[in-house]
Amino acid sequence: MTVHPRYTQTIAIFVLTLLTVLTLAVLVFIIVFVFGKGLPYISYDFLFAKPEDMGRSGGIFPTLIGTVILPLFAIIIATPLGVGTAVYLTEYTRENRITRIIRFGADCLAGIPSIIFGLFGFIFFVTTLRMGWSIMSGSLTLVFMILPTIIRTSEEAIKAVPYSYREVSFSLGATLWQTVRKVVLPNALPGIVTGIMLSIGRSIGETAAVIFTAGSSLRMPHSIFDSIRTMSVHFYILAREGISNKNAYATAAVLIISILIINLISYWMMNMFIAKKTK
Amino acid sequence: MAIALSAITMLVLIVLFIIKEGLPFIFKIGITDFLLSTDWEPAAGKYGIFPMIAGSLWVTLGAILVGVPLGLAGAVFLSEFIPQWAMKTIKPTIELLAGIPSVVYGFIGVMVLAPLIREYLGGPGLSIMAASIILGIMILPTVMSISIDSIKAVPNSYREGAFALGATHWQTIHMVVIPAARSGIIAGIILGLGRAIGETMAVIMVAGNAVKLPNSPLDSVRTLTANIALEMGYATGMHRQALFATGVVLLIIIMLLNYIAMTAIRDRGKKK
Amino acid sequence: MEGDYKFRINNLNVFWGKAQALRSISIDIPANRILGIIGPSGSGKTVFLRSLNRMNDLVPEISVEGRILLDGEDIYHPDVDPVKLRKRVGMVFALPVPLPASIYDNIVFSPSLFRIRDRKKLNHLVETSLTSAFLWDEVKDRLKTSALRLSGGQQQRLCLARVLAMEPEVILLDEPCSGLDPISTAAIEDALGILKKNFTIILVTNNTKQAARVADNTAFFLMSEMIEYGATEQIFTMPRDKRTNDYVTGRFG
Repeated sequence: MTVHPRYTQTIAIFVLTLLTVLTLAVLVFIIVFVFGKGLPYISYDFLFAKPEDMGRSGGIFPTLIGTVILPLFAIIIATPLGVGTAVYLTEYTRENRITRIIRFGADCLAGIPSIIFGLFGFIFFVTTLRMGWSIMSGSLTLVFMILPTIIRTSEEAIKAVPYSYREVSFSLGATLWQTVRKVVLPNALPGIVTGIMLSIGRSIGETAAVIFTAGSSLRMPHSIFDSIRTMSVHFYILAREGISNKNAYATAAVLIISILIINLISYWMMNMFIAKKTK
Repeated sequence: MAIALSAITMLVLIVLFIIKEGLPFIFKIGITDFLLSTDWEPAAGKYGIFPMIAGSLWVTLGAILVGVPLGLAGAVFLSEFIPQWAMKTIKPTIELLAGIPSVVYGFIGVMVLAPLIREYLGGPGLSIMAASIILGIMILPTVMSISIDSIKAVPNSYREGAFALGATHWQTIHMVVIPAARSGIIAGIILGLGRAIGETMAVIMVAGNAVKLPNSPLDSVRTLTANIALEMGYATGMHRQALFATGVVLLIIIMLLNYIAMTAIRDRGKKK
Repeated sequence: MEGDYKFRINNLNVFWGKAQALRSISIDIPANRILGIIGPSGSGKTVFLRSLNRMNDLVPEISVEGRILLDGEDIYHPDVDPVKLRKRVGMVFALPVPLPASIYDNIVFSPSLFRIRDRKKLNHLVETSLTSAFLWDEVKDRLKTSALRLSGGQQQRLCLARVLAMEPEVILLDEPCSGLDPISTAAIEDALGILKKNFTIILVTNNTKQAARVADNTAFFLMSEMIEYGATEQIFTMPRDKRTNDYVTGRFG
């Protein structure tokens, strides 16, 4: 029995449409659901007041600080390492044993689940290096987690810079370092920024690696060796221990909004860059 | 140069420290007892992680069954049948969804999905099925957006060639476009797989975490990752070492997966 | 061929992997003249040009043997810094490659590498080099706009101006007019005619007529070898080698 291709096509398109609508519906539902339940509880006080009674009432201010500080420190450390690695791999060396080992390391690191980073951060930073549950331990653990992303995206971005730009730069008397600094990196910037934004997003959403290294103290930190709780960890504790569904929804909504803002910023920067180039 | 070695140094550090904490324990207990025994009672000195291995595999398999068909269908539909302007809003939305913290997905599983399963299908609700569906949804954006990119990367001349030979749009898609985009699609699936097997907090929230071998998709189950995260907070001594040993097993599974993925992609590259 | 020589090249051999790209080239290039290099594509013209400012160093497969003296100094001597060499020997590529920045920033790219910060001096450099490249009048009111918005012919003149701003001694041009319209081509040729007062110019071209129009001396390359070298008039009117004759009269190539 053979079916006419036109009927197969009709059936296939029908099934595809159905599955796509289902997929998009589920994904949209998640955002609408969280916003519907959470947005009404978000207020100035919720964002900028101290939590009361384990987070049952009051605000989330310390966790907001934690959510800004932890990714920020991680990015400040990981960006030079990641971009430096990418520049080394693309500009300063040719494919050889060492570059293969470096790439292999980055690939493996990218595949490691966050709970393993948590375990490692706990035994290495918290225990062995005696940093305790702290901003320091948490950020350093995040550095390990986001480094491969930054290396990969920077490398792709650097490779996408036309070779002719480098040739022109050399022919105008630039050294390799001047070429990297004045021609390669500026033109790879949008890609590098995208990688950084991705990493910030991932750090904000991370729970497993953070809870075992930065701890979950709700007090305001006074130094980088104090423990801190991020919004994701706060949300997890609120939801998991059934402390307050209302505040959990509100925290989740704030989390999604932060991610949204970060995505918007990276799109905006990207467009700015493209516009500036052809002004 | 020194900077460039940071990634590999970090990898070595991680592997070294996890193994240093976990491996001696495995040898003390015995590899077979640790991997194949079904009794996990740290208080009684019984450390068998077989139920957790089974749990991880079931939940990951389920996530693939849910996420891959949906993700692929969505990717094909969106990249082949949707006008460019609509994609401009849909693609960023998908990327936003990839950025939503996993705990949020887990919470929705608890509040929405688990009650539905309990009511209509029976069982405790928090189950393999709930975890599979939630993980499947979580990996959807990853699978979808990488597949879309690789389908978009197939040159238009391929499609024109197929059309010129009298193929319908669907024949063109499944005989020309998908095979040409295959390695990218596989990379997306493997990334999704890695995310599913490594996910911790969302799974803790929806899988129920019972330490026993499951009999049906409606049973509660505990994964390797959940086992570590649930007990890490209070474990000491032998018990803590047992959790690091669980980490070693997880690490080995992930490394194996990555290795298979990398060779699969490399072999395909050679064939071309 | 009178006067002093800028480049003296003796028995130059260049290998690309195992293949030989240039075979024992010996040539003396006089200062403040235009040397035209003609020959079919693949004859080694570009490789020769890129040996003169050591751009070939960037391609690891290429190895260079023989001696190239610039003002009597061996440019492949281990003590020579290729970066300093390239400042003395500027280059314009076949396709115009403006950097994605403003016209102004393109011109000051090289001077700013050498720590020239004085605004007045930079402005002066921009004006003189754009004027010498016959581009100043067209762009003087929009120096801050992107160089990518110039037409192809304007872009190539920008590239020439960018090299002039480096204040080199020699200018190498690798088929600079291959993608340009006749008017832009004429503008560049006119510019070269004036520039040779201050620079030594080596012009690789696929267009034999262009060499006849602007070059003082002409060298004919064929299959990795230099077949003939002499005053342009002699090469085009009474070539000594039959192959040169066939090429300049358009019988092949």
